[in-house]
Amino acid sequence: MTGAEILLECLKREGVEYIFGYPGGQVLPIFDKLYDSTLKLILTRHEQGAAHAAEGYARATGKVGVCLATSGPGATNLTTGIADAYMDSIPMVAITGQVKTFLIGNDAFQEADVTGITRPITKHNYLVKDTKDLARIIREAFFIASTGRPGPVLIDIPSDVQMQNIEFVWPEVVDIRGYKPTLFGHPGQIKKSARLISQSKKPIIYAGGGVITSGAAQELKVLAEKINAPVTMTLMGLGCFPGTHPLCLGMLGMHGTAYANHATTESDLIIAVGARFDDRVTGRIDSFAPTAKVIHIDIDPTSISKNIKVDIPIVGDAKNILGQLIEEIKKSPDTSEWLKTVDSWKKKHPLKYKSGDGKIKPQYVIEQIYDVTKGDVIVTTEVGQNQMWAAQWFTYIYPRTFISSGGLGTMGFGFPAAIGAKIGCPEKKVIDIAGDGSIQMNIQELATCVANKINVKVFILNNGYLGMVRQWQELFYKKRYSHTPIYSPDFVKLAESYGAVGIRVNKKEQVRAAIIKAFDTDNVVFVDIAVDPEENVWPMVPAGEAINRMIEGLA
Amino acid sequence: MRHTISVLVENKFGVLARISGLFSARGYNIASLAVNETLDPEISAMTIVVEAKDENILEQIKKQLNRLIDVITVTDFTKKEHVDRELVLVKVNYSSKDKTRLENILNKYLAKTVYHKADTAVIEVVGEQAQIKQLLEALTKFGIKELIRGGRIVMAY
Repeated sequence: MTGAEILLECLKREGVEYIFGYPGGQVLPIFDKLYDSTLKLILTRHEQGAAHAAEGYARATGKVGVCLATSGPGATNLTTGIADAYMDSIPMVAITGQVKTFLIGNDAFQEADVTGITRPITKHNYLVKDTKDLARIIREAFFIASTGRPGPVLIDIPSDVQMQNIEFVWPEVVDIRGYKPTLFGHPGQIKKSARLISQSKKPIIYAGGGVITSGAAQELKVLAEKINAPVTMTLMGLGCFPGTHPLCLGMLGMHGTAYANHATTESDLIIAVGARFDDRVTGRIDSFAPTAKVIHIDIDPTSISKNIKVDIPIVGDAKNILGQLIEEIKKSPDTSEWLKTVDSWKKKHPLKYKSGDGKIKPQYVIEQIYDVTKGDVIVTTEVGQNQMWAAQWFTYIYPRTFISSGGLGTMGFGFPAAIGAKIGCPEKKVIDIAGDGSIQMNIQELATCVANKINVKVFILNNGYLGMVRQWQELFYKKRYSHTPIYSPDFVKLAESYGAVGIRVNKKEQVRAAIIKAFDTDNVVFVDIAVDPEENVWPMVPAGEAINRMIEGLA
Repeated sequence: MRHTISVLVENKFGVLARISGLFSARGYNIASLAVNETLDPEISAMTIVVEAKDENILEQIKKQLNRLIDVITVTDFTKKEHVDRELVLVKVNYSSKDKTRLENILNKYLAKTVYHKADTAVIEVVGEQAQIKQLLEALTKFGIKELIRGGRIVMAY
């Protein structure tokens, strides 16, 4: 078999059905074999779109997302998506073509040192110098990408390695001596944690994306109900605990709910599960939960005690550890007083926005989308205000229904991610909540959608600004709106020119009907909604402030 | 404070770049680095002397190193009994009237002259930190013209 044939055979054996990619000179041998392969390639219109689509696919399905691009510019265009997957621990295998082995280092046409460029943004990467190593490397890549703390793995394959003919040998086992993720929690640590939980009076569970990755949503719910602790989530964690549950406090941090931030600050015990105490969550470190002890469950030892001093670290898989912990807790703490206090914060500081001035409020649009779908939809977002409103005002009930660029904060993520999610979950409704700025960063993927009948719905909260930056300029830069008012095309006509459907919404009364029409339309739909141009995301913790010192923004 | 860490890694191309990239990306400082093959040619040993402000940073460095797929083991020698050695070459001013004085110093610190001509001597010493420091202080009075230090290497008892 040729290297290209071995690659496709290995992908099939790894359970791959879809590849998101774009052809080019140094992947011609692979594309030639794809021509009559059962593997389906979704041709995006930009390699960045392919990388984000692979991420969306992985986030929606839990499987490894695969993207493919040529050498040089094809590969460098993937890098934003690779960095995004690295920050958000998304299992991805990125395959790039490379110039022929004897040309490497010669500044050949379309040559770039891709393993060098991607070293700090991949979990691991490979340059395949010999076709004999290819099958083993692909197996290792999928294993590394999908186990432990997942992440992107890049395989750079020179075109002569793709063409060389050798006998195919499928490596039955993967054994990497330097890579053995810890799966179960240390029993001693579990015992100590159980004791601490039983003694606590004001516990809070702080859950992140690791709960979703590990498939631990059910265990998390059992634990929360067993110990009667409120649950707050990171942006990446949304959906891991039902937003409809009375113990749910929604998201914490910079744009979290006031009650989640107050509860975290006042708690005496934080049970962190699959979250990494990122700066958007903690705010000012020395004021973060000053009276709380911290139990930190994470599969990645480097996440523990990186930002916050942890009292009981437990390294391992969240699902296993929560199971061990539930078993070990003999006495549930009495949290009735604590829950009363938390409820009083909920009543006193609810999420709110002002309506009634005739303008369409972006929060209202999102509430309406929830109301129409009842949460049975996969939501992707772009980055900025649209993302924060989508996090705050939509109620996520199930894991893998909220897909957003958390760590890297990549504008242009949502639309291609929605494509990947829809390919992975064709029976589900998939929507992208976008802004007029972000959507223009990967708008070319409209062609991908229409060509492949990937009927995602895009709701553009069009405020004529790069809204989140404008909000910061309003609050911290004396309203000097430097380069944030943004010109946009007519999104309705643009959608139509691609063969998609565009709907314009100018009045509040049209919002609900437009949402229903979008879902009833058997095509890709862009809904362009003229929202209040200077609406802000509240509450907000100013950068470097303690998280209980929020600006609530409204009288 | 300086810490000596020994890292066993896969002997493959690009591994040194991964390690040095990790240090630069996270803002850690490498004070010295020595790399070579071990008895098993598939494994290289790296001895890294790092500058770490506190225990937490040292812990992070070790955990981050361990996270690299090509890293097999990480051993911190800060609290472990060990022997460490460094090779140093020093070029000093020399004249024949200094001969006895210089030889006395070299004998005291187990150093030797590997080359000399009318006005210059090149001195070699293999030793531990304190010994090298004292030797260098003693040699200052001759006038040190050039100094090259190899990376520290370390072995547990």
